Amino acid sequence: MNQPKTLYEKIWDAHVVDQRDDGTALIYIDRHLVHEVTSPQAFEGLRKAGRKVRRPDLTLAVPDHNLPTTARLDAQGNKIPIADPQSAAQLEALEANAPAFGIKYIGASDINQGIVHVIGPEQGFTLPGTTMVCGDSHTAAHGALGALAFGIGTSEVEHVLATQTLQLTRSKTMEIRVEGDLGPGISPKDLILHIVGVLGTAGGTGHVIEYRGKVFEEMSIEGRLTVSNMSIEAGARAGLIAPDDKTFAYLEGRPMAPKGADWDAAVAYWKTLPTDAGAKFDKSVTIDAADVSPTVTWGTSPEDVVPVNGVVPAPDSFSDPSKQDAARKSLDYMGLEAGQALRDVSVENIFIGSCTNSRIEDLRAAAAILEGRKKADNVKWAIVVPGSGLVKAQAEAEGLDRIFTDAGFEWREPGCSACLGMNPDKVPAGERCASTSNRNFVGRQGPGARTHLMSPAMAAAAAVTGKLTDVRELTR
Amino acid sequence: MKPINRVEGRAIPFGQKNVDTDVIIPAKWLKTVSREGLGEGAFEAIRAQEGNIFDDPEYAGAKILIAGDNFGCGSSREHAAWALADLGITAVIAPSFSDIFSGNAFKNGLLAIAVPQAAVDRLMEVAKTDPITIDMESMSITTPFQDRFAFEMDPFRHQCLVEGLDEIDLTLAKSDAIERHEKRNDSAQPWLIPAAA
Ligand code: SF4
Repeated sequence: MNQPKTLYEKIWDAHVVDQRDDGTALIYIDRHLVHEVTSPQAFEGLRKAGRKVRRPDLTLAVPDHNLPTTARLDAQGNKIPIADPQSAAQLEALEANAPAFGIKYIGASDINQGIVHVIGPEQGFTLPGTTMVCGDSHTAAHGALGALAFGIGTSEVEHVLATQTLQLTRSKTMEIRVEGDLGPGISPKDLILHIVGVLGTAGGTGHVIEYRGKVFEEMSIEGRLTVSNMSIEAGARAGLIAPDDKTFAYLEGRPMAPKGADWDAAVAYWKTLPTDAGAKFDKSVTIDAADVSPTVTWGTSPEDVVPVNGVVPAPDSFSDPSKQDAARKSLDYMGLEAGQALRDVSVENIFIGSCTNSRIEDLRAAAAILEGRKKADNVKWAIVVPGSGLVKAQAEAEGLDRIFTDAGFEWREPGCSACLGMNPDKVPAGERCASTSNRNFVGRQGPGARTHLMSPAMAAAAAVTGKLTDVRELTR
Repeated sequence: MKPINRVEGRAIPFGQKNVDTDVIIPAKWLKTVSREGLGEGAFEAIRAQEGNIFDDPEYAGAKILIAGDNFGCGSSREHAAWALADLGITAVIAPSFSDIFSGNAFKNGLLAIAVPQAAVDRLMEVAKTDPITIDMESMSITTPFQDRFAFEMDPFRHQCLVEGLDEIDLTLAKSDAIERHEKRNDSAQPWLIPAAA
């Protein structure tokens, strides 16, 4: 019998084009997502060297990071110009480069436009067992469908465009199992924040994480995308969840997914992918589901998590002196004191969006809390940014937009928005934001902005009370 | 990329330790669409000070930069290598570099040469008045005063730099293997090509 293999090993082995003596391999890339920030210099490089894109048919381009999330067309249907000249230049460059190199481009006012990591699965561009790259670190999200997906830098973007391959070192494997069931009101976001807290931001370094067991099997595809998305925050190269009937049901009929006999052949292959019984992982971590509460971050690293009913930790409570130092700086930046109850912390801004939590299920979870309620008076700015035009349309068909606007939220156009301070959606310096995004780094949401990461339902609860809140109190 | 065999001329005796990529090129310069033109933002904060070393006419046109330990630490921005190249720098000499910076430098045909602190100290001294020479063939740095400092470099990177090969050229040399993989996909997994939406 063949040696039992993990899902990661199966995908890796199926993509080796050339093995080098030093242990690295040339790996074929099946899918390449391109956005406007990390691609202009790559296209410039191709042009200078007189090179073409090897497989434009395996490449998909969409703008997201820089796009303002306000209306994109005026009443006459004309494009509204983008005020920031540098943003405009990046967006124009992608709009020109994609057709010039024969790449399919989804434009800013197309209903299919959205955040790269939302539209990949949604269009059926992301498929199980494929290798997938994008010049953005949260590419790990696509691992939710069983694709080996990871972020790359601009030189690598150019390399993939020119050769459809990357020279890579094989990663180590780590399995994360969750024992037991998540409690009522505990979302996939709470789980992944908890996992990042357990592993630490370097815990997954050099590894690809496979999330295994009943909790993930029972989780929706949207929830799996939220989990896999943040694998990078635990330092991992990528996250993976074995494809199953839920995955197939999610993908079937999507525009770019296989059709007819091709579909049947694809599903037959995908069923061979899950990790074999007896396959060995380099590292195994077990999480007790009972330990996972509604979770928020208190600091400036995604590992700085605490149950919402907990208190801000004292820097001295960490054993590592460099972590003590980092914690002191974090508390200073965040304007928090050791021992302070998180539930006393008031927030002025609410952001529901980003590739971590902007899919329909996320919006439903937030709307369920907001229905018939209003944001607190101290909340100055509350926005919902759907992950794509299709999510937005679906939410509107369900009447969710009305629930949000009635509660005092702004209902926006799809894009990265306040996940990073690159477009006009920024959190003012010194103010707090309850955010469903993935990074609480210093200045990530704007210079001086103080980010608390949490789930969509928790962000909605914070909007209602004006402070960090255990969402379960609003659902009792 | 251009083959690099020899770099000679005046060097900027900068010498600072722990120069992070935000010092090399501040974040506000990251929203660009070209590798070119970033020289204008290189070391912006330092160059805002009067009498700074980068704008000293003594070192005008210098192709070599001499720095302290841990050059290029901080964020992984590839723009740091682009900015130095656009400033006209072909080689940086320092006691050590951050891994990510040396990787980015290599990818962009910029030499990142590590020599011991004592050698850096001596080169800093010489650079104030005289040119220095980096020879890739003998892997050494020399001065007009008979100084000679050997350096090491990963043989693969050395070969690429001397022959002017970039990573894309090296991969394209394996086009046959890539094509074989694609042919196999086309027959075994034709569904890998996205359905036209
Ligand atoms: S939403 Fe945030 S993390 Fe996701 S792709 Fe956009 S900027 Fe990156």
